[in-house]
This record gives sequence, structure tokens and C-alpha cells, in this order.
Amino acid sequence: METVAFEVENHVAWVTLDRPDRLNAFNDQMNRDIIAAIKRAEKDDDIRAVVITGAGRAFCSGEDLSGVQEDANFGDILRKRYNPMVQRLAKFEKPLIAAVNGTAAGAGMSLALACDFRLASEKASFIEAFIHVGLVPDSGNLYYLPRLVGYAKALELAVLGEKVSAEEALNLGLVTKVLPHDDYNASVQAFAEKLAGMPTKAIGLIKRYMRQSFETNLDQMLENEAFAQRTAGQTADHQAGIQAFLSKSKPAFTGK
Amino acid sequence: MSNHKFIRVWEENGIGRIELNRTKVLNAINRPMVTEIITALEQFDRDHDVSAIVINGGGRAFAAGADIDEMAGDTPVSLELLNQFAEWDRIQGIKKPIIAAVHGFALGGGFELVLSCDVVFAAEDAKFGFPEVKLGVMPGAGGTVKLTKAMGKAKALEWLWTGDSMDAAVAERHGLITRLVAPEVLLEEALAFAARLVQQAPLSLRLIKDTVNKAIDYSVYEGMQAERKNFYLLFASRDQKEGMKAFIEKRPPEFRGE
Repeated sequence: METVAFEVENHVAWVTLDRPDRLNAFNDQMNRDIIAAIKRAEKDDDIRAVVITGAGRAFCSGEDLSGVQEDANFGDILRKRYNPMVQRLAKFEKPLIAAVNGTAAGAGMSLALACDFRLASEKASFIEAFIHVGLVPDSGNLYYLPRLVGYAKALELAVLGEKVSAEEALNLGLVTKVLPHDDYNASVQAFAEKLAGMPTKAIGLIKRYMRQSFETNLDQMLENEAFAQRTAGQTADHQAGIQAFLSKSKPAFTGK
Repeated sequence: MSNHKFIRVWEENGIGRIELNRTKVLNAINRPMVTEIITALEQFDRDHDVSAIVINGGGRAFAAGADIDEMAGDTPVSLELLNQFAEWDRIQGIKKPIIAAVHGFALGGGFELVLSCDVVFAAEDAKFGFPEVKLGVMPGAGGTVKLTKAMGKAKALEWLWTGDSMDAAVAERHGLITRLVAPEVLLEEALAFAARLVQQAPLSLRLIKDTVNKAIDYSVYEGMQAERKNFYLLFASRDQKEGMKAFIEKRPPEFRGE
């Protein structure tokens, strides 16, 4: 992994986009590195939450336009580079946090949208930059944005392309929390550690089936809930939760 | 039950179980394995204690293709003389319900085995495909035929020509899958379905299977003639008398397959 740093601290993996001189813009290596980081986090049972953040002052400024040839086929670029990354993130069953430390623009915003939680620094901003260069939001942006903020607001953001401050993002429901810039990483780590200490399997099942709810009907969802509950009911974490409830103590979840 | 090399075979609660067991090569199907599978199927078909059969893959996949090394040196004449696909034809002779429980990859011969089953339970993470085209060949155990019958020419050609593998959700949309279930509960769900079949009248299951298979190939008229004969035939069974008597007496029937 050349363009991202991967570190694990107390069951939380930090995937840091590490091209600060380019405001962490995507190049094809970075698309691949993010996939590699997610695969690594999938395989490691010790990792129970993942944070994606940016080195330096930006979260991610989207595609590195300096690397794009004038005659490039953008459809192919998406299919080869971005779509596999977005699909990988969508299948990832552990909690995934975008720590939006600064600007999240274009595909950088899409990356944040593809995560489960967005923790914005007070200095963060979101911008649907695509329209300003005559392009269309991509990398799952058109899928996730209306689901997160509703159609009317999503269309407004995508078409007008105005910068959304952290505070505005909070009001829109686009971010979970706005955190002070001082001690930002420590606050993110605390939030991630809380998630890492929760029943990981149950979180994965919630993610899997809540995501499917957008594409299915009630009858199928009731079946899906039955699958999920049957599975969750057999986890050690369910037992730990029940024991703790009965003994009025705090459960120690192991993610198993 | 017996000394199989490439599969595990056992019986439980009226269900015949076959688990593909070449896990190191993702259950790639070789010729002796096909022979073992069909032999086990035929034994279950004759075993009065077995009412339904479930086939699943051990390890990480259902079956990711065929054993390429085994075929690389073949010639048309060697293949004609070996007549390896005749074994596959025998699967069509099995009269009892065969349920496939599929997770991970079902590619090439693995996909053909799925298409040879009657009912398919697929985990949401299952992937199906015919990659033969990438090796300069094509499916040889019914893949092209059964896929086309199931999804129609336009879609079947796309998958057969590209060799891409389709997600379980896509396979379900095209009618290849009976039920899509969470990977964690795949076997449990497939076995629960098999257990329901175990409760049904075995001769009914058998003649329904026969008639539905004919319906695929016959004209509506011929299919309906076949249906009628099977309908009449069931009136020769003890279970028909028991079933109707139990209905009138408002009690659950006790079927014996006689």
C-alpha cells in the first residue's frame, strides 16, 4: 500500500489517505490500496472497526485531474477503478467510519458517503464538485446521497454544487457528529473504540440487511430479519449480552 | 456409509446428504467425483428411508469448476470413447427431489451440477458462471442447454460468451434460484425445506418431478397428457387413499410411499 497508511490501535484500523500534497486526491494506486486495506481489515479478526481519514488538511479532493488524459473514457475509469472500491466497501461488514478531517470533494465525498458513519471535524466541508467541471456525481454518490438526505436535498447539492459546512452537514443528517478540531483524532478513536467493543457480528447483519431494505419488499425483509436473528442468536455476544442483562453488569462483547 | 474419496455421503432424518469434499481445490469436479456423486444419488434413489437429497459443497465453495489437468490432453476420439458425460445423463434418471445448497463459487461443472438439481438454495454470496469460453472450450455437461432453457437465449449467451460469473441475486432474478438465503443459515434452510418434503407423499413428489421435467420439453398438449396419466396413476397408491381419508377425517395423513 503506497498511497494509504494502515495502522491498528486497540481493535480499530486507521486507513489514512496519504497524498497530502495532492489533498489526498485519488489515483489508480489509491483505489487499489483502499481495496487492499479493506481486505486486510476483513481478514483480521482483531480489527472490529475501521476509520478512513485523510493526511494533512483535506479528507480527499476526489479524482486527481492532473493524471487524467483529455481523451480518457470516464466510464471505463469508473468501472476499473472506482466501482470495485465502492462495491468492496458496500460488502464490508465491520463498522466503517469516515473521519472527515477537512474537505471531502467529488469522489472524496462519495467515499465518505460509502461509509457507515461520518464524523466531521469542525473544519470539514463537503462539496459535490462534479457539476463545476460539467460532470455527474459518481462512485455511488447518486445512490447514497438521496438515501442519506432525501431526494430534494440530494438533487440540490448535486446540481448547485455548493459547499456544505460541517454544521450544515449535521443539520442535513449527512454526518453523525461534528467534533472539535483539537483532539479530533482522539475523539474519532474514542467513537471507533466504542463501536469496536460492540457485537460485531450483529452490526454486520444490521448493515447487510438494512442496505438490502432499499431494494426489497416487506415479505423478503421479514425473511431477512429471520435469517439475521437466527444467526445473531447463535453468537457468543448474544449470550454475553443476556448474561450481563440478568446479572445487571456490563457485557464484554468479543465480536464472536 | 461408504468409502468415497471425493465426497461425503450419509443419511439423516430421511434426507440423503452428499457433501463435495475436495476442499483444497474448491471442490473442482473430476471424473471419479462425478461417478461417486451419481452412484450416491442412485443409491439414495433406491433407499426407501430416503425421501429427498441435499447436495452441498464442503469448505469455501460449492464447486469451482472442473479438473482442467484431467482434460488438457484429450482428443475428440478419446472423449468419444470415454463418454464421460454419460454419467451426467444418469442424474436425470433420479426420481427423488434433489436440492442444491450453494455457497461461494459454482463454476463450470459445478454450475452444471447445480442446474442438474431440482431445487436450488443459494447463499447471498454465491456466484455462478461458465468460464469454459476462457479456455477455448464450452460447457459439455448440459450447461448451455439448461442455462438457455432457464433464462432464455439473450441472457444465456451473454454469460456463456463472456464467461463472467453472476451474483446470486442476478441468478435469482433469472429464475435459476429457488431461494436466496443468508450464508450463515444456508444448510439449515435447505435442510428445513428437505424436511418438509420428507413429510409429503413420496409418490406424489416423484410424479410431480417427472411431470414438471416433461413440461420443460413437451408441448402443452403432450405435457398435459403426461400429467393426466401421472394423476391417474397416483390413484393406485395407498397414500392417495390415506391422504383423502385423513382430509375427510380432519387429521394429518401418514404417508408411506406405497
